[in-house]
Amino acid sequence: MTGWQTLLYKEVLRFWKVGFQTVAAPVLTAVMYMLIFGHVLQGRVKVYDTISYTAFLVPGLVMMSVLQNAFANSASSLVQSKIMGNLVFILLTPLSHWSWFLAYVGSSVARGLAVGLGVFLVTAWFGRPGLVAPLWIIVFALEGAAMLGTLGLIAGLWAEKFDQMAAFQNFVIMPMTFLSGVFYSIHSLPDFWQRVSHLNPFFYMIDGFRYGFFGVSDVSPWLSLAIVSSALLVVSWVAVHLLRVGYKIRT
Amino acid sequence: MPAISFQSVSKLYPAAGGTSLKALDAVTFDIEEGEFFGLLGPNGAGKTTLISVLAGLSRATSGRVAVHGHDVQIEYAQARRRLGVVPQELVFDPFFSVRETLRIQSGYFGVKNNDDWIDELLQSLGLADKAAANMRQLSGGMKRRVLVAQALVHKPPVIVLDEPTAGVDVELRQTLWQFIARLNKQGHTVLLTTHYLEEAEALCSRIAMLKAGRMVALERTSELLKAASSNVLRFKLDTALPAQFEGKARVTGRIVQLPAHDAHEIERYLAIIREAGLRVEDVEVRKADLEDVFLDVMSAGYAGRSAVAAAPPPDDGTAHGADPREADSIEAPTA
Repeated sequence: MTGWQTLLYKEVLRFWKVGFQTVAAPVLTAVMYMLIFGHVLQGRVKVYDTISYTAFLVPGLVMMSVLQNAFANSASSLVQSKIMGNLVFILLTPLSHWSWFLAYVGSSVARGLAVGLGVFLVTAWFGRPGLVAPLWIIVFALEGAAMLGTLGLIAGLWAEKFDQMAAFQNFVIMPMTFLSGVFYSIHSLPDFWQRVSHLNPFFYMIDGFRYGFFGVSDVSPWLSLAIVSSALLVVSWVAVHLLRVGYKIRT
Repeated sequence: MPAISFQSVSKLYPAAGGTSLKALDAVTFDIEEGEFFGLLGPNGAGKTTLISVLAGLSRATSGRVAVHGHDVQIEYAQARRRLGVVPQELVFDPFFSVRETLRIQSGYFGVKNNDDWIDELLQSLGLADKAAANMRQLSGGMKRRVLVAQALVHKPPVIVLDEPTAGVDVELRQTLWQFIARLNKQGHTVLLTTHYLEEAEALCSRIAMLKAGRMVALERTSELLKAASSNVLRFKLDTALPAQFEGKARVTGRIVQLPAHDAHEIERYLAIIREAGLRVEDVEVRKADLEDVFLDVMSAGYAGRSAVAAAPPPDDGTAHGADPREADSIEAPTA
C-alpha cells in the first residue's frame, strides 16, 4: 500500500474496530425514527400521490444517516488524534495534503455508506421504496458522503476540544440536515420557508437521492447534481488549502 | 553535506499585549553525518521547539533547516523520509496493537513488506512478546519503546530523540542506549536532547547548549569538560555557609560543591573551612562532569573562559564519524 492508502486503511480500521458504536448504533437510531414517525404520520401526510409516507421516509433517513456519519467520522477522528497527541505520527510522515484529504474523506465516505446501507436494509422492510434510477442513488450518496466527510475534516482541523466539535455538529450540521426535507417535502412548506430551503445545499442532496428511488423530486436531479457538485468542489478546495498550510496542526 | 543544518533559525510566538516571545533566536549549527550529538538546556530553553521545526511540526519564523540538504519546508517529503523522530510526549493510538501500529507507520512512508525489520525492532527493544498487545495495555516504559520503534520503522539515517529517557526505568535506559549506540556505529546520525547529563557525557561526541532560545555553547564534549573547572570539592555541612563561598558554591540540601581549578584553590577552600571552625563530613575531590559545565554555562560563568573554549579542539578520536576539520566556535552568552 502507498502512503495515502495506508492512512485510508487505518482510518477505516479505526471506525470498524468500534463498529458497534459507529455503524450499528446509528442504524438503530434510524430505525427508531422510522418506527415513531412512520407510525404517527402514516396516512396523515401525503407527499406524492403514489407514495406512502413510510416509503417516502426511507430515502430521507438513509441520506441523513450517510451525512451525519460521514461528518462524524473525519471530525471525531481528527479531534481525538489532536487531543490524544497521536496526530504527531501522521504529521511526521511525508504524506502530502492530498493524501490526508483522500484518506480522511475516503474513510468518511466508507463509514457513511456502510451506515446508509444498514439503514436502508432495515428501514426498507417497513417502507418498500422503489429503485427507479439506482445510478442517481449512488451518485448522490457518494457526493453527499464526500461533502460531509470534507466538512468534518474542516471542523476537525478547527476544533480544539470535543465540545467545539459538538457545537459545530449540533448548531450547523443537525439543523441543516433536519431542515433539508428528510421528513417532509418542502412543497408542503409555506412559501418563505420553501425559498429558505432552496438555499440549503443539503436539500439538494436529499432531493436528488430521493429521485433515484421514486423518479419524482421537488427540483430536477440535474440541478441538484450541479449544486451539490459545486458545493463539494468549494468545500474540498477549502479543506485542501487548510491541510496545505497546516491550519492549527503545524504551528 | 551535513546530516542536519540549522541556519539562523528563529521562532517567535505571539504573547500577551501584542509582544512576542522569542523561543529560538538565530540558532545556527550543523550536525555531521554519523555524529552522536547532544542538545542540552533547561526547561523552556527551546530544545523541543528546535526539534519541532526540524520535524516539520512547527514552522520557523525565519531561517532555514535542512536534512541531508533537503529543506524541511520546501522538500518536506524527502527531509521527513530521512528523519526518525521520537517525540517527548508519551502518545499512542489506542485503537491498534503494537504490530498494527508499526505496520501502519511503515505504510505511511510507503515501505512495504516490512515485517522482518519490524521483528528485529521488536526484538532489539524487548517488545517481542508484546507484538499482539493493544497499545492501551502497555505500561509507560513499553509505550516508550514502541515510540522508538515507530520512529525507526522506515530505517531513517537521522534519528532524533527528544528526552527519550524522561521517567524511564534503568533497564529500558540501558536497552535503549545499547540499541541507539549500535545504530550510531552503523552510521546513523543521532540527535539527542536529555536532562540526564551523564547520558549526554557518555554518549555524545558533541554538545550544543541552549538558553532562552539562544545557543550558548557548541563544543566537543571532551573540550567542554576541559574548559570547565577541572575539579570539584564536595562535602556535607550542617551549619551556615561561610560568606567567602557565597556565589561560588552549589548547595543541594547538606551537600556543598565548590568548583576548583587546581590544588591551590582546594587548599584555600580547606583553610577557610578550618579557620571558620566548621564541622564538615564526607569530604572528597572529584573530576568536574558535564553537570558542572552545564550549571556553569547556564549561570553565564562560562563567558570569561570563552577564549579558552574557542581554541580549535584537537581530534581526540572519541567523536565517532565527526569531521575533524570542523572547528567549533562558541557564541557569546547573552547574559
